[in-house]
Amino acid sequence: MDNNSLAAQVAAKWHKKRGSLIMALHEIQGVKGYVPWEDATAIAEGMGIPLARIYEVLTFYNFFKLDAPGKAVISVCTGTACYLKGNDKVLEEFKKELGVGEGESTPDRMFHLQSVRCVGCCGLAPVCVVNGKTYGRMTPDQVRGILNEWREKFKNEE
Amino acid sequence: MVKLKIDNFDVEVPAGTTILDAARQAHIDIPTLCKHPDVDPSAGCGMCIVKVNGRIMRSCCTPVAEGMQVITGDAEIVDVRRTVLELILSNHPNACLTCIRSGHCELQDMANVFGIEAAKLPNLTKKWEKDESTKAIVLDPSKCIICGRCVEVCQNQQNVWALSYLNRGLATRVTAAGGIPLADSPCIKCGQCSAHCPTGAIVEYDETQKVWEMLRDPNITTVVQIAPAVRVAIGEEFGFDFGENLTGKTYAALRRLGFDRVFDTNFGADLTVVEEATEFVRRFTESPESLPMFTSCCPAWVDMLEKTQHDMIEYFSTCKSPQSMVGALAKTYYAEKAAIDPAKMRVVSVMPCTAKKWEIVRSKDMSCSGYQDIDVSLTTRELCRMIKQAGIDFRSLPEEEADSPLGEYSGAGTIFGVTGGVMTAALRTAYYYITGEELGELNFKEIEGLEGIKEAEIEIKGQKVKVAVAHGCGNIQIVLDRIRAAQAAGEPLPYQFVEVMACRGGCISGGGQPRVMLPGQSKPRGITDDIRRKRSRGLLCEDECAQNRLSHHNESVKTLYKEYLGEIGGEKAHHLLHTHYFIRECYNKKES
Repeated sequence: MDNNSLAAQVAAKWHKKRGSLIMALHEIQGVKGYVPWEDATAIAEGMGIPLARIYEVLTFYNFFKLDAPGKAVISVCTGTACYLKGNDKVLEEFKKELGVGEGESTPDRMFHLQSVRCVGCCGLAPVCVVNGKTYGRMTPDQVRGILNEWREKFKNEE
Repeated sequence: MVKLKIDNFDVEVPAGTTILDAARQAHIDIPTLCKHPDVDPSAGCGMCIVKVNGRIMRSCCTPVAEGMQVITGDAEIVDVRRTVLELILSNHPNACLTCIRSGHCELQDMANVFGIEAAKLPNLTKKWEKDESTKAIVLDPSKCIICGRCVEVCQNQQNVWALSYLNRGLATRVTAAGGIPLADSPCIKCGQCSAHCPTGAIVEYDETQKVWEMLRDPNITTVVQIAPAVRVAIGEEFGFDFGENLTGKTYAALRRLGFDRVFDTNFGADLTVVEEATEFVRRFTESPESLPMFTSCCPAWVDMLEKTQHDMIEYFSTCKSPQSMVGALAKTYYAEKAAIDPAKMRVVSVMPCTAKKWEIVRSKDMSCSGYQDIDVSLTTRELCRMIKQAGIDFRSLPEEEADSPLGEYSGAGTIFGVTGGVMTAALRTAYYYITGEELGELNFKEIEGLEGIKEAEIEIKGQKVKVAVAHGCGNIQIVLDRIRAAQAAGEPLPYQFVEVMACRGGCISGGGQPRVMLPGQSKPRGITDDIRRKRSRGLLCEDECAQNRLSHHNESVKTLYKEYLGEIGGEKAHHLLHTHYFIRECYNKKES
């Protein structure tokens, strides 16, 4: 293990404190955006915690991500109002267009698809949020347009 | 003591007893799919509900209280249990006809008891891929009911931490860390997960078909050997009581299956004792710095050493296991003696163990005859299956003898299958090698029984030998930590000689042993301490009644050295009967 790596430093910081595995994993994800396999194994070694236990924690909490998320994070609200207004169909359309499931990223790492429970603007239901930008009164036929909008945006940034 | 009423019977039990355990005093087996005497309650399945003062609670994790009124089964309770069972079944494939555990499955038992006919609920079973990567055990998460026994056994009893939960809720699955193949994890293939699994989610890697094909080939000479622990468990599949020693019938069954030569791993055990005692005496008298010495006949323990206990490698006995010694000699010494071309010989072993399947391909030392020394290692369960497939009436078979020369054994050889047995056998012979005299008392009571770590001090001509016997991998860790602490502090070693068996009770409760229900047996199926004691008795009794109880007096072993090997611990013996150990890492190749 590289002693200067982020994981080594985080492990050294939390090593002696009981019950601090979640804090250590938070720190890794805070910097990297997800918890890579190499960091998880380094934490296991550095903190003396079996890797099996670390993955039990990582996969129990929805918060932790095991893969690098896509550049544009698409949050489809499936809270009560949005769901009743048909956001399940919008979610299905995103899955179909992107070829990924919930909680997954596209192989080119451009998009990450997730469902969330209520984003606090039920008046606009059904709602999707992409990297902080809110799209209200969604219908499945708007999906392709939104994806193209972000593709265009990333292309221009290059 | 706490007094309570269970189904209107007065029951008195120690404080802290759970209702589930207390109910046995009222002759009631409360149904459960997750609680097993070897593990702490996980409150996972929900089948064990009872009414406590009118309220429905889980009996596996509710301790008794003074004056409690418990009802364990009324119409409402039965109804709720049936619903719980239907919910479990709605997430389990309806595939009993093609499941290897069929007839030995606790979930199937339960479905029969509750008279489940047709599925009322839609089936939610997910099809996960089977993990066969270890080629020793097969993990099929589709059949898992998330009872938690295997995870509890793997993590806390064995301290191996190969198995774990992945995800949560309906998506929960038991896998190695992060869903990688088990073979890349610290799994030592002990199979205790399989021994405790109530369903067919973790079973042995079945290789019976390979063996049938060898038996069918007229150009092949088939040689078979059976391990000590097989003979005291095989009968359970044919209605004999736990622990009944059925060596003679097992030989007869093997001949009827078509094996050309029937040998006994107990011969290999005697040979192991002779080599290992010699190795210990050398280390003890000539190079005390090479102590402690660990026994090496348990492949799961060898696997653990090579993967996670690298600082202990130099203290390992270099002796191969009895299985591997017989394998090596079958294709060399015996093939020569009987004028059989080893290329046309196939050696099969029958073991109580799933890890033995891995041992036969562990390193190139396992092919010292120029061929793979042992071609297939079957578990007891697989052999029972073959006997049934062949329609052999096991119960009425005559008692037969093993073939010569790899069939003769002493009482010391047969107790290799039980915790404390290897140490006892080795001490008898080591004493003789050091003093030139036989021990007066051949039993060492301190190292018998199911205590996790047993210790004894044996005086040999004024010199004291401190020994430890550990079984169950969690206990092994404690012994290792004591040794490391003494080494670090520069203090005298707590032990000079340590016997290790990965499974609680030793090989008699190995991961490949039968799991039947006999009349009058309290649930669950599979291994419990009661069964461990009975199987142990079966082996210990054979030793006590044996004409020869000393490995160094096995005449076939003596002949072997005279005719073929030369000196005990000599060059030829080293080539065929000893091995090397290597550091192997886990988790090094994550699939991307």
